[in-house]
Amino acid sequence: MNRCAVIGVGQTHYTTKRRDVSIAGLVREAALRALEDAGLTFKDIDAVVIGKAPDLFEGVMMPEAYLADALGAAGKPMMRVHTAGSVGGSTALVGASLIQGGVHDRVLVVAFEKQSESNATWALSTHLPFNASLVVGAGGYFAPHIREYMRRSGAPGHIGTLVAVKDRLNALKNPYAHLKIPGIDQKMVESTPMLWEPIRYLETCPSSDGACAMVLSSESKVTGTPAWVHGTAMRSEPIFRAARDTVSPQAGKDCAADVYRQAGIADPRRQIDVAETYVPFSWYEPMWLENLGFAADGEGWKLTESGATALDGDIPWNASGGVLSSNPIGASGLIRFAEAALQVRGLAGEHQVDGARMALGHAYGGGAQFFAMWIVGRERP
Amino acid sequence: MRDVAIVAFAQTQHTDHDTGATEPELILPVINEVKERTGLKRFGFTCSGSCDYLAGAPFSFVSALDALAAWPPISESHVEMDGAWALYEAWVRLQHGDIDSALVYGFGKSSLGDLRTIMTIQLDPYYLAPLGLDLLSYAALQAGAVGADRKELDEIVRRSRADGRSNPYALDLPDPDDSEDSDGFAVQPLKKTDVPPITDGAAAIVLAAGDLARELCSNPAYIRGIAHRIEPHYLGMRDLALSASAADAARAAGVGKGPVEVAELHAQFPHEEIVLRRALELPGDTVINPSGGPLAANPVMATGLIRIGEAARRILDGDASRTVGHAAGGPCLQHNLVTVLEA
Repeated sequence: MNRCAVIGVGQTHYTTKRRDVSIAGLVREAALRALEDAGLTFKDIDAVVIGKAPDLFEGVMMPEAYLADALGAAGKPMMRVHTAGSVGGSTALVGASLIQGGVHDRVLVVAFEKQSESNATWALSTHLPFNASLVVGAGGYFAPHIREYMRRSGAPGHIGTLVAVKDRLNALKNPYAHLKIPGIDQKMVESTPMLWEPIRYLETCPSSDGACAMVLSSESKVTGTPAWVHGTAMRSEPIFRAARDTVSPQAGKDCAADVYRQAGIADPRRQIDVAETYVPFSWYEPMWLENLGFAADGEGWKLTESGATALDGDIPWNASGGVLSSNPIGASGLIRFAEAALQVRGLAGEHQVDGARMALGHAYGGGAQFFAMWIVGRERP
Repeated sequence: MRDVAIVAFAQTQHTDHDTGATEPELILPVINEVKERTGLKRFGFTCSGSCDYLAGAPFSFVSALDALAAWPPISESHVEMDGAWALYEAWVRLQHGDIDSALVYGFGKSSLGDLRTIMTIQLDPYYLAPLGLDLLSYAALQAGAVGADRKELDEIVRRSRADGRSNPYALDLPDPDDSEDSDGFAVQPLKKTDVPPITDGAAAIVLAAGDLARELCSNPAYIRGIAHRIEPHYLGMRDLALSASAADAARAAGVGKGPVEVAELHAQFPHEEIVLRRALELPGDTVINPSGGPLAANPVMATGLIRIGEAARRILDGDASRTVGHAAGGPCLQHNLVTVLEA
């Protein structure tokens, strides 16, 4: 397998409504920033991989056709990935695969969502012709899983609040973050309305417009400061299966085991310096701490409570502010992967974790059944 | 590049109406068929292609996963494109060298909606889509640009439909009539018989690398070249009578490096066949779309994958030694993928 590195990252400022740009303008903005970071232009790119969540979000079907021009893809190969909420992560992995498989030297990966041109809860609730719709959106779907986690682990009710505050404090240090809430504290989170028991308004992610892009390179074409890919993995399991554990899905455990094996990680809590994980509802931090092997079963909430996952803790999670602070759905996974790369490149700015050498990027989607992860490092694998 | 071959191909008996089968029910038999044919129950990688807008609901591929028995969890991905691009992603993944097999499938039920209108929302949402330019309108623009002889177009339709009638998986469709009756037009210059049928269907392919290909199959269809290219979206920025992206993809895949016995082209309209034959520089003796092609069965999102499967089948059956499978996407052949297969 050929080595692959991230040599450029570009993000847009995440916000509720980007009325000043079209969808094409939005993705181009992120792409140009990633190219600038890599010191390259569209001419240097061999192929483009684009990802986003369901086409129903913006009402543009297979938007790669429309976006080919804006992304300098004309005359090149272009692919469109869609793996639900994990799509941003999968998009990065398909891009990396083109380099690892020796097909191309430089690949532009882009993911976006322009939620202001849509109604996500409506689009997520539209039922298949042969299924009943609960019209509950993602929060309604995941709330029971969170309640089950609380029941099993005996976690006290304030843990979700702690994550909501921590990630929003981190977001204050990230120039691209959507939600910047000065003075955020536990009391403020607890004062917000209950949306889907036990998820309160400020324990859920915002709806954002935004795009993220990365330039990936083969070893021989590296420019600038690379973040080396040490491991990549995807795993999926069926949404309907008796005895499927939706609180700690097997696909997540297997995906983590695969990516750790490739990167030589035996003890993630000790060996991974910073993790960007997909936490759209605050309770998913303790849940994923366990699923990803940072804590034993039932112990994840204790790590959160101890402050271990804070920016100054021993395993900072979501130093960027995470999905809780910015959620352009289709891009959210790619942002996690890109932020992991920024950390090991030492380019994360104010939310940089000192001395970060190994970072995890993580995304999940569907009914907590699709997973995409990568490990990036400062050193060549 | 590592040797990767198609070792099994299966497709549904396509229908021109909704049989009531759900998408997982459509997929399950073809998955089972390729599993039985190869004896493989698990694959190193799985990738699928589909489009949510056909069902009019998000996440078509989520329930499709239930047809795979994805337990224990599998390494899996999805492209919101024709299954041919899922095959491309799987081929790339097999180049890593750590896995030896991949399952690819594509599916679509265009009977559920109005495909002609649905394809409009593939266009630029600000400038083009609001004009209501639909699938037949933009295909007719291209047909006009190609300006092909009516007799040649009728002949392509007649040949495709006759071939389709002898293909047990395709539809049984009437021949074009020779009259110049204006009632016969869908959108001028396209006649109703130039329009591909609304079709429901699915297909699956197994890829195997290295020694595994020979172990699973006596005549593997080796992928000797595979490439795809996209063109500008705006119709005014392209010469619609030509297909630069198909020509580039064909050159990159090496179509011209040897004789082509059979070419299965993702030509949904007869004029597209003319454009593609030229772009791929296919020799005059190449047999085009012996399956009947998309004019005889067009299960959108599986049609391109089926072209590659049909091209591979000639080699799997021992009837040919070098074939080409082609897939297209986007308005007026904007995006083209070309695969060269050899015994």
